[in-house]
Amino acid sequence: MKPLASLVFAGLLLSAPLQAAELSVAVAANFTAPMQKIAAAFEQETGHKLALSFGSTGKFYAQIRNGAPFEVLFAADDETPARLEREGDGVKGTRFTYAIGKLVLWSKQPGLVDDKGEVLRSGSFERIALADPKLAPYGAAAMQTLNKLGLAEALSSKFVQGENIGQTYQFVATQNAPLGFVALSQVFADGRLTAGSAWLVPETLHEPIRQDALILARGKDNPAAPALMRYLQGDAAKAVIRSYGYGF
Amino acid sequence: MLDHPAWQAIWLTLELATLTTLLLLLIATPLAWWLSQTHSRWRAPIGALVTLPLVLPPTVLGFYLLVLMGPNGPLGRLTLALGWGTLPFTFTGLLIGSVIFSLPFAVQPIQHAFESIGTRPLEAAATLRASPLDAFFSVALPLARPGLLTAAILSFAHTVGEFGVVLMIGGNIPGKTRVVSTEIYGHVEAMEYAQAHWLAGGMVAFSFLVLLSLALLRRNGGNVMR
Repeated sequence: MKPLASLVFAGLLLSAPLQAAELSVAVAANFTAPMQKIAAAFEQETGHKLALSFGSTGKFYAQIRNGAPFEVLFAADDETPARLEREGDGVKGTRFTYAIGKLVLWSKQPGLVDDKGEVLRSGSFERIALADPKLAPYGAAAMQTLNKLGLAEALSSKFVQGENIGQTYQFVATQNAPLGFVALSQVFADGRLTAGSAWLVPETLHEPIRQDALILARGKDNPAAPALMRYLQGDAAKAVIRSYGYGF
Repeated sequence: MLDHPAWQAIWLTLELATLTTLLLLLIATPLAWWLSQTHSRWRAPIGALVTLPLVLPPTVLGFYLLVLMGPNGPLGRLTLALGWGTLPFTFTGLLIGSVIFSLPFAVQPIQHAFESIGTRPLEAAATLRASPLDAFFSVALPLARPGLLTAAILSFAHTVGEFGVVLMIGGNIPGKTRVVSTEIYGHVEAMEYAQAHWLAGGMVAFSFLVLLSLALLRRNGGNVMR
């Protein structure tokens, strides 16, 4: 074998395991179901392996700042990735919006929520659930909506707050709260409501719930990281994301 | 340093822990007595049931409480029928959750104390014609004092440190269900680390003092027994 050819051959051998890399990904809890589906397809298509961790964005932020080995973050908001990028824990220029969440006023009880949200004005309920506006983007959007409708103050004594949107869903699903603001992705499957009644809150009533992704400093040299980011922007992934009630 | 919501949460936590401890002493003492004396075949299953909250993750306990006390749960139906409304998101609901959550921490030390008395002091009381009730109050209870103290301190401290159950059935309502542990959690999640540190540091100091006093009490308690 000629020296050059053997060099190329050795290079190929060395690069083969590099191409099928393992990637550690932190994913916002509300995006669990679509991400699992997308990850399975991504692994099959590229040969990369994904290690997915699901949790709250605030907790991920604290962990990443303190050396957690995550290489990519799929956040529940757009502020946290921007902040990580600014603080040097993210790779500049890799941030993008992978999904836009939709807010819905939902009740397990059929007919309780009308399709214009008039039930909010009637006040004929004892409790209304929303995610903590300080912690969860869906909670902040719910607050903005109530403020815009001029109902925030009148209803504030009826608020029960979940620490995240998953817990808020639980309050409404167990009917401990007759109605509440949850994510459309939680009550929507195959193009329709899974149970109860709902009002899809118009996007004019709150700021868009942008969910951003970012390659973290630890994933800078992992070839699977940009591959995953590209995959999320492809048609196959977008179809999955849309089927769970997210927009773009 | 500590703002108004923090003080409100501290006050609420102390109120919850105090009431939980008092209720637990009332419930756990007869229960522990029964467990220490009975030869019933129900002893083992009841004992296991009492210990269950020690093993179950608080989220499991909290979730079941949420379902049980909800409008479709058996407990929720009962409270609705009685005109009390449902218990989740209320202080009363939190109190019930705390009592269940800390039950083993109260029952076990008292039960051990009763068991370590043995049968002789009670037999002596019986030969002196003391009624069983009289023997319980004038012999067993005073002898079990170190166990009662341990139970009280552990119940109080465990309620202060309670988190998962409160998160599940509380609803984070200021002055009603927002306790110190959930307040700290909120600060950490919102990246307000400075406020979190003040409360969290206080919590560490408090817990250390509780465990220290428990260790000192145990030593003195041993002397009292002798």
